[in-house]
Amino acid sequence: MKIVIIGNGMVSYKFCEKIIAKLPSRAAEIVVFGEEPRPAYDRVHLSEFFAGKTADDLLMAPADWYAANDITLHLGDPVQQIDRNTKTVHSYKGITEAYDYLVIATGSSAFVPPIPGVDKKGVFIYRTIEDLELMRDYAPKAKRGVVIGGGLLGLEAAKALLDLGISDTHVIEFAPRLMPRQIDESGSRILEQQLRQLGLQIHTNKNTSEVIGGDTMTGLQFADESILEADMLVISAGIKPRDELAKLSGLETGHRGGIVVNEKLQTTDPEIFAIGECALYNGMIYGLVAPGYEMAEVVASHIAGEAQEKAFTGFDMSTKLKLIGVDVASFGDPFAPADTSRSIVFEDTMKGVYKRISITNDGKHLLGGILIGDADAYNILLQTAKNKVILPPNPEDVLLGARGGSQEAGPGVLGLPDDAIICSCESVSKGSICAAVEAGNETLDAIKKCTKAGTCCGGCTPMVKDLITGTMKAQGKYIRNVICEHFAYSRQELYDLIRIKNVRSFDDALDHYGHGDGCEICKPVIASIMASLWNDMILDKGNDVVQDSNDRFLANIQKGGTYSVVPRIPGGEITPAKLLVIAQVALKYNLYTKITGGQRIDLFGAHLDDLPNIWEELIDAGFESGHAYGKALRTVKSCVGSTWCRFGLHDSVSFAIQIEERYRGLRAPHKIKSAVSGCIRECAEAQSKDFGIIATEKGWNLYVGGNGGSKPQHAILLAADLDSETCIRYIDRFLMFYIKTADPLTRTATWLNKLDGGITYLRNVVINDSLGIAAELEAEMQSLVDKYKCEWKEVVDSPELRKRFSHFVNAPGTKDPTVKFDTLREQKKAAEWK
Amino acid sequence: MSAIISTSTNTTTNIVWFFACNVIDVPPNGGVCVKYDDVQIALFRFARRDAWYATQNMCPHRQQMALSRGMTGTHNGEPKVACPFHKKTFSLEDGRCLSDDQECSLTTYPVRVENEKVYIGIMQEA
Ligand code: SRM
Ligand SMILES: Cc1cc2nc3c(=O)[nH]c(=O)nc-3n(C[C@H](O)[C@H](O)[C@H](O)COP(=O)(O)OP(=O)(O)OC[C@H]3O[C@@H](n4cnc5c(N)ncnc54)[C@H](O)[C@@H]3O)c2cc1C
Ligand code: SF4
Ligand code: FES
Repeated sequence: MKIVIIGNGMVSYKFCEKIIAKLPSRAAEIVVFGEEPRPAYDRVHLSEFFAGKTADDLLMAPADWYAANDITLHLGDPVQQIDRNTKTVHSYKGITEAYDYLVIATGSSAFVPPIPGVDKKGVFIYRTIEDLELMRDYAPKAKRGVVIGGGLLGLEAAKALLDLGISDTHVIEFAPRLMPRQIDESGSRILEQQLRQLGLQIHTNKNTSEVIGGDTMTGLQFADESILEADMLVISAGIKPRDELAKLSGLETGHRGGIVVNEKLQTTDPEIFAIGECALYNGMIYGLVAPGYEMAEVVASHIAGEAQEKAFTGFDMSTKLKLIGVDVASFGDPFAPADTSRSIVFEDTMKGVYKRISITNDGKHLLGGILIGDADAYNILLQTAKNKVILPPNPEDVLLGARGGSQEAGPGVLGLPDDAIICSCESVSKGSICAAVEAGNETLDAIKKCTKAGTCCGGCTPMVKDLITGTMKAQGKYIRNVICEHFAYSRQELYDLIRIKNVRSFDDALDHYGHGDGCEICKPVIASIMASLWNDMILDKGNDVVQDSNDRFLANIQKGGTYSVVPRIPGGEITPAKLLVIAQVALKYNLYTKITGGQRIDLFGAHLDDLPNIWEELIDAGFESGHAYGKALRTVKSCVGSTWCRFGLHDSVSFAIQIEERYRGLRAPHKIKSAVSGCIRECAEAQSKDFGIIATEKGWNLYVGGNGGSKPQHAILLAADLDSETCIRYIDRFLMFYIKTADPLTRTATWLNKLDGGITYLRNVVINDSLGIAAELEAEMQSLVDKYKCEWKEVVDSPELRKRFSHFVNAPGTKDPTVKFDTLREQKKAAEWK
Repeated sequence: MSAIISTSTNTTTNIVWFFACNVIDVPPNGGVCVKYDDVQIALFRFARRDAWYATQNMCPHRQQMALSRGMTGTHNGEPKVACPFHKKTFSLEDGRCLSDDQECSLTTYPVRVENEKVYIGIMQEA
């Protein structure tokens, strides 16, 4: 049997993957023709090309994958003719191949509206890596960019222009609003507002009549006579199925394009199939990759002669995207008509969140919805709608979640029927995941291995985790959040045991509460708990070897095995004399210096053997450890405040220093950051910190639970207009409560998100002392504050501890000869690793 | 090179035992790096079970000289070390990588302790 595939895009690749899995090797000869110069790549993540991914990173599989699976791949060689009588295809380069089955997977191309001037220099489309390379080469010349099309792809293209450094980017939409096909009007409005805040200029209701300029474009002319000057244009006004080959060979195509197929994806010639974005099923082109994969599955199973005939019967067009950092999702039927449904809407214009769900009139079922700004609930809502799960008595709970109501929001993932698809990339159902758990695969890794769920985009992992715990609970297994195989306790239980029993070393903890030898999970957790409780020198009592790698050497390890040195610079304030010392030390030990994002100076590239000497000099000059290596208080940033700034309400620098000095060295489940701003202009970015303080006319506002990192979250106001003392008391209580109750490696933001009752509960504990522990929390914090010592000073003063800072045990003083540096802008840098 | 070459009397294989360091030089339940000519060897001491292990110091993942600074532990009773860089773990018994199935295992070396002195065995080249 011989299968010829025309096109080597995402769907063609998926088809190859599926057919070789279904057919015994060499049962079929497979030949693929691709028009593009490289094998199939991930078009969905095309934009990441501008965020640093290379063409190779984006490949679905390298060229040798095809060879290894006996697939003949002709690249850069489009098929030009299909001869249905002789069942052969002819390529541009002159190859003729006979086929038993022919699969057309030619995808689509960008639709370019017939506007005069679209052939000018500076006009681009956005579909292939070559398109992106052309844009990248042109962008440095461009000052203002414009995109025609305010749909999904247009907004992606706009993001690309921003990524290319064109901060003045405009989007032109013909319709009165953005993404008219996917979301409703209020959703568009919120999205538009969010995108504007991110710097995009948006023009709706605009009909482009001409691209103006000479050889090179200089702007757009609109039907309303107005003009927008611009030197670069990306057209993203829709897609056009590549059906030209099919048309030429007499296969039926749709009026508006697309190769007509039946539910087996057969074209009007039953031996020729069309799949992916070129196929027209039931009057519809599916412009997403998941339906294309489903089509590939149907055809592969048909050709492989699988017993159970599969059919393509349409596909849910639900999608979740991140557009320029804003979540946008729509699922089910987002526009259910008002007479057969009612809707529940949640809108927060400040945070830029809009959620709308449509439910049946009897309130029992979810029909569909739209989520803008926060689409965390997408997976579960989609499943709830798809599987007609009965909604809770107050259907709004499914929207507002645990924070809004006291009860569990909806039946959750456990309420889904067995055939609900949990991992849509790999089509893994709830039933098969639960069965795998019952068979003893009780960890996420085990489930990934045996079901493939969660191995692709990872979006379903929270649901998979819930299924694991849910299934185990249903089996009567008591699930405790135990930390690892060596300790059958949760972090909070261990915290209490260690405190009550006055445990001071890891060995002690293992002897009494654990078994075995410990591992890289429990060791740092227990080390951190002991540090939070006792504030003893962390390298004492044999605890040095249980510290996480950075804590063990009181420095951050870097590429190549050198370390960084970060002295504390409280509040970011430093005298010129101290700056000089840093410079001298850096010169003496040949260190790379850089201002950090935390308002201090990092000295990189120190040999392990040099660390104690470097610190000795710094400490002599009055510096102390900055704990940049620890899960501990990092920096308290400050803005200049009332001492110099014409808007400053209070002295934010002094307060930042006071706070940094109070909590320096405080160890916690994760690192803690803070900042103090002198007024609401917020130059210190306090609202992005674990706790942040902003001056008001009457005192200080205290915010908690913010962070940057990969999932940024703004802090929430805990209390307003506090005097300095009360502010510090509340911070004491807040931090101690967090340290006592958070899971390992959980920042305050995540901890607060999971805390039952959320900020209201936290306010009650911290401000109203609802648990009656406020005095205790304050006392505990005070004792930690009193016990603070600079741990680097302790090392510098102890010959025993200093000895540990050498690379070779049998050749002290000899530096690791394999450490290599390169030079960059007159400083050194770590040599690239392999 | 400070190593004392001591050929053991009661072995029949061609192992050269060289003196690495004193027991007291190695932190209990931790590791150190030993220099043997141009070779770097990571030496680990499991004080709780009085066992010693030695492997190459270089982590095969990114070719970093780092394993001696890694954290020791066990998985189902099997001793292992976690690299400080990306926390890949390796069995100290046979050097295989426990984190993924990629072929990146460690060379291991036998260790002997006599009179509070630690010796590492090197297969002698024929
Ligand atoms: C040096 C610095 C970058 C710079 O050159 O500016 C830096 C460097 C590192 N950051 Fe950072 N972060 C630095 C500011 C930040 C900031 C900005 C800030 O603090 O204002 C953030 C976002 C704010 C936040 O944390 O909420 C930041 C978010 C992270 C994260 C993500 C944390 C999260 O909760 O998602 C990590 C990963 C982690 O901690 O697990 C990280 C981890 C790291 C590590 C420690 C990675 C590591 O373990 O080796 C980097 C150490 C480099 C080294 O070898 O010394 N770094 N990092 C900054 C040091 C600030 C300082 O003076 O101490
Ligand atoms: C920027 C961007 C972002 C996107 N984001 C998403 C998203 O977030 N989610 C989502 O689901 N979808 C997204 N899509 C859509 C998704 O990429 C497509 O649905 C998917 O690529 C379709 O796969 P395909 O194989 O049918 O077509 P294609 O990937 O277009 O592949 C078809 C291939 O066939 C080749 N070809 C055409 N004619 C011939 C011929 N005669 N001979 C040989 N070869 C030929 C073409 O050159 C092309 O390489 C996005 C698309 C773009 C451009
Ligand atoms: S963002 Fe932070 S962790 Fe990432 S490379 Fe930069 S310094 Fe390192
Ligand atoms: S270098 Fe060791 S795990 Fe990456």
